[in-house]
Amino acid sequence: MGLELHTVEGTEVSVMRGGSGPPLLFLHGGDAFTEWQPFMAELATRFEVIVPDHPGFGRSETPPWLDSIGDLAHFYRAFIEALALRDVILAGHDLGGWIACELALRDARELRSLVLVDAAGLPLAEDGLDPFMLSPDALLRASYVDVARAPERAGSAKNALMTARVGWQPRFYDPQLAKWLHRLRVPALVVWGAGDRIFPPRQAAAYAAAIPGARTLIVADAGHLPHLEQPVAFAAGVIAFADGVRA
Amino acid sequence: MKFIAFHLMPYADLDLSYTDKYESAWVTLPNSYYDPVKGHALYNRYLDELEFADRLGFDGLGINEHHQNAYGLMPTPGVIAGALARRTRGKIAVLGRALPLVNNPLVIAEELSLIDNITGGRLIAGFVRGIGAEYHSWNMNPAFSHERFGEAHDLIVRAWTETGPFHWRGKHYDFPYVNTWPRPYQQPHPPIWIPSQGSRETIVWAAAAERKYTYLQTYSPIAAVKKFLDMYRDEAQRAGYTATPEQLGWMAPVFVGETDAAAREQAKPHIEAFANKFLRMTPEMVRPPGYLSLTSAQGVLEAKASQSGGDRTIDDLIAGGQFICGSAATVRDQLAEHERTLGLGHFLALLQFGTLPHAATMESMERFARDVIPPLKHAATHLVRR
Repeated sequence: MGLELHTVEGTEVSVMRGGSGPPLLFLHGGDAFTEWQPFMAELATRFEVIVPDHPGFGRSETPPWLDSIGDLAHFYRAFIEALALRDVILAGHDLGGWIACELALRDARELRSLVLVDAAGLPLAEDGLDPFMLSPDALLRASYVDVARAPERAGSAKNALMTARVGWQPRFYDPQLAKWLHRLRVPALVVWGAGDRIFPPRQAAAYAAAIPGARTLIVADAGHLPHLEQPVAFAAGVIAFADGVRA
Repeated sequence: MKFIAFHLMPYADLDLSYTDKYESAWVTLPNSYYDPVKGHALYNRYLDELEFADRLGFDGLGINEHHQNAYGLMPTPGVIAGALARRTRGKIAVLGRALPLVNNPLVIAEELSLIDNITGGRLIAGFVRGIGAEYHSWNMNPAFSHERFGEAHDLIVRAWTETGPFHWRGKHYDFPYVNTWPRPYQQPHPPIWIPSQGSRETIVWAAAAERKYTYLQTYSPIAAVKKFLDMYRDEAQRAGYTATPEQLGWMAPVFVGETDAAAREQAKPHIEAFANKFLRMTPEMVRPPGYLSLTSAQGVLEAKASQSGGDRTIDDLIAGGQFICGSAATVRDQLAEHERTLGLGHFLALLQFGTLPHAATMESMERFARDVIPPLKHAATHLVRR
């Protein structure tokens, strides 16, 4: 795994990159990753895995233009262009899944497929926990079925601030998004932790119903972060989906 | 020094055992805890207290805005100011309206201008960002708080000072026909005060040479009050002028009893209810992400450190200088000392707090007006720095 710095749209972003194969761009949720995770290593056996810290998150710079998920969608169009990525598997968790949808609706030319993991973007069909009202410890416990599986890391005020900036109101959704998801023509996989208490699994059904031909993978014994809690099952599901798309 | 009788209008009948079931008196405490029959009596009691303060010779009356909690029952302070307008003579200080919480700041320009007209220019206009918890209650994005505050302020001041109609085109607000009727009575506009818990951005902004707004440190340990008032003075020097005492104020709860011991005994359950029940909030409510800039967050954390954690006793609060309590002589001497060390021009006395009953509030208020204000009223402020 290599750590790279790229300047796109005037903003220096930190990018973890490893493996070889078709490019898989993974967009993180409310917290940037501080380390190369086991699910990335699993995926890196088949793909070139590219994991940036979003502008304003983690080790990346905070640009003055960043106000919304739409801004990040435009940014990642520029990012794909700047890194000359072709035929991209675009995966996103939580906020990253929302960014991925917004990007795909704007410009899907370089996308091979879409993987949405416990994704934000649609209004909740049933109330989940409000992450902004939970203490950091309570949020950590609420995010996992078994908190012992959580990688050791403290939440960051920088990540929390930017999560609020793009996701506070409406709370983690865009009322316009649901109207246009039916226009997506990219093969899509909707992955959800069966025990997600932040975005309950009914959201998976909402996404699957909205995107034509979308497949669904419910990951057992996992909460809001199935890629961290069940890395092997998660990666196997993504690889099987990618193989199906190629075939 | 000038004196304002400040009121929060809490729900003093709150069942204090709510903490057995709920973690805060803000945001999520069910409004079934509010009884409108008791509320009716409380509002009228509180208006009586403020009218009494006006008759006692306070320079002004202070009210403010809070939402969806038991701590302060004035979601629309203009209504309270309107109720006070006709039967009082002193200033009416609305401290303040929470600018970022509204989607149309012109309602605030209109409301304050209306009060200014009815009172013939007795309005002091306070602008605040609102408590962090209110960004949950009104679901306003805290990460845009500073931006919206700045833009709403600019819009309101322009609406007050420029002949309309004009078109306001901003990032957060767009109004093709800004044309505020009534215009403010005071020209060019009512005095603007900025109450704050000590956000550095707010202090730098208020102290700027083009504004020179009166900065008001709200309920805080005395060490924090000193730190933030000094920060204001330093910013003023940096901006090329020397801040006057009239630009600096402080709000604190006060109780004046017959003797020091009697005052402590009388105030104890009520100030402890104020600190431990009415002000009870989780850190997530107090500081939603983005409410403070990353640099400012640390400063306020330090200032408020002694306020969070376990329950606070009256002794803690008096020792920290958050609560001024004692005989009239003790309160007078403490305030005289604070005036010297803080360089204050305005003191806002919170004479009702928590569950403090009406009779005790009135007695304390009367002692304050009779024995504390006169010796301090005309004393020139001589700041002794550090």
